[in-house]
Amino acid sequence: MRVTLWGTRGSLGSPGAETARYGGNTSCVEVRGTDDTVLVLDAGTGIRRLGVTLPSSLRRVDVLLTHLHMDHIQGLGFFAPLYDPDVVVHIWGPASTTLNLRSRLMRYLSPPLFPVRLRELPCQLVLHEVPCGELDIGEFHISSMLIGHPGPTVGYRITTARATLAYMPDHEPALGVKQFPLPREWTSGCAVATGADLLIHDAQYSSEEYPSYIGWGHSSLVHALTFARLAEVQQFVPFHHDPAHTDEDLDRLIAEAVAAVPPTFTITPGVEGAIFELGCAEKENGKPLIA
Amino acid sequence: MSQKEIEVILTRQLASYLAMPTFIVDPQGTLVFYNEPAEIILGLRFDETGEMPFSEWATVFTPMDKHGTPLAPAALPLAIALGERRPAHGDFYIRGLDHVFRHIEVTAFPLIGQSDRNLGAVALFWEVNS
Repeated sequence: MRVTLWGTRGSLGSPGAETARYGGNTSCVEVRGTDDTVLVLDAGTGIRRLGVTLPSSLRRVDVLLTHLHMDHIQGLGFFAPLYDPDVVVHIWGPASTTLNLRSRLMRYLSPPLFPVRLRELPCQLVLHEVPCGELDIGEFHISSMLIGHPGPTVGYRITTARATLAYMPDHEPALGVKQFPLPREWTSGCAVATGADLLIHDAQYSSEEYPSYIGWGHSSLVHALTFARLAEVQQFVPFHHDPAHTDEDLDRLIAEAVAAVPPTFTITPGVEGAIFELGCAEKENGKPLIA
Repeated sequence: MSQKEIEVILTRQLASYLAMPTFIVDPQGTLVFYNEPAEIILGLRFDETGEMPFSEWATVFTPMDKHGTPLAPAALPLAIALGERRPAHGDFYIRGLDHVFRHIEVTAFPLIGQSDRNLGAVALFWEVNS
């Protein structure tokens, strides 16, 4: 599978010279199969650029939302396939305890927040609620599981015959844990991440910042690295960068976290535009092709 | 061992901060966690016992009424919350593994997750100082 990072920023789009290298677009990751199946993980502002690169021959695309916080759906209304009547767009996302997915999405995709209503979208829209057990889309076998973040939020585990991707952009597994980590059995997200070839995971805060944001649903870099080590992943991508962190800040914070928690796996900073080829025999297997 | 559901994990984390003795059981009735205040009642640390099946924990306290008559495990509030998926409250006596005789009140409630998933039940204990 080919994994492309179209948006790596957390919370708020953060364009500017000081964030140009890591990128300012919010969460969006493309997963492309060898059979050209296209999965889109989250619909942050990065989804706009992704949408215009998709081939005109595309007839189906699946958008997998982890949750419905604004930075994960803000780009949805700007996703080109939604305006193509020949495309079937499947949107997967969590309902709440009182509202279904359609009602929750309509809160954004309706005036006054957005001029086009959900029901007015020209595409053939199909909504699915997660978690819903395991499912297959093209060559991908996908499982979703609720994870620790305010409001209903899932992590996705996407598997092919040759590789596994785990995606948890917003996740606070250390919440309330006196000595992090607990065993895998008692750690949120382990069922999603364990043994993955590539883990894309929340790493929003520094260790100094985290105590001021406990319960906001995000991880410090050190917690994220600790989680990745617990889950025994092969490669780890720190993701959902804090909007206040500049490129220089992120370089420094990642280096400090790596020094504090020596990794047993490859770390590749979540840079907008990076591409990962997983499950390939080539020498570049699992390495970012563009950084 | 597979990962617990997030609701159960968060309940354990809440319980680990509460001063009230708290038990968490899974849908099969297995005691999957009890907090430090509950360890005092049980007389054993969770790290020592690990999980305990229903048949074991329901009798280890020797629950009884004020006359010393043993109570059926199915009559315990936690068993009711689990089996009937409704809250239950009880007032009875126990003798824990520390052999101390205690008068306690127990409130138990089912843990029901999204999509009506049965995740088990929780019991909170109060020692009656009368």
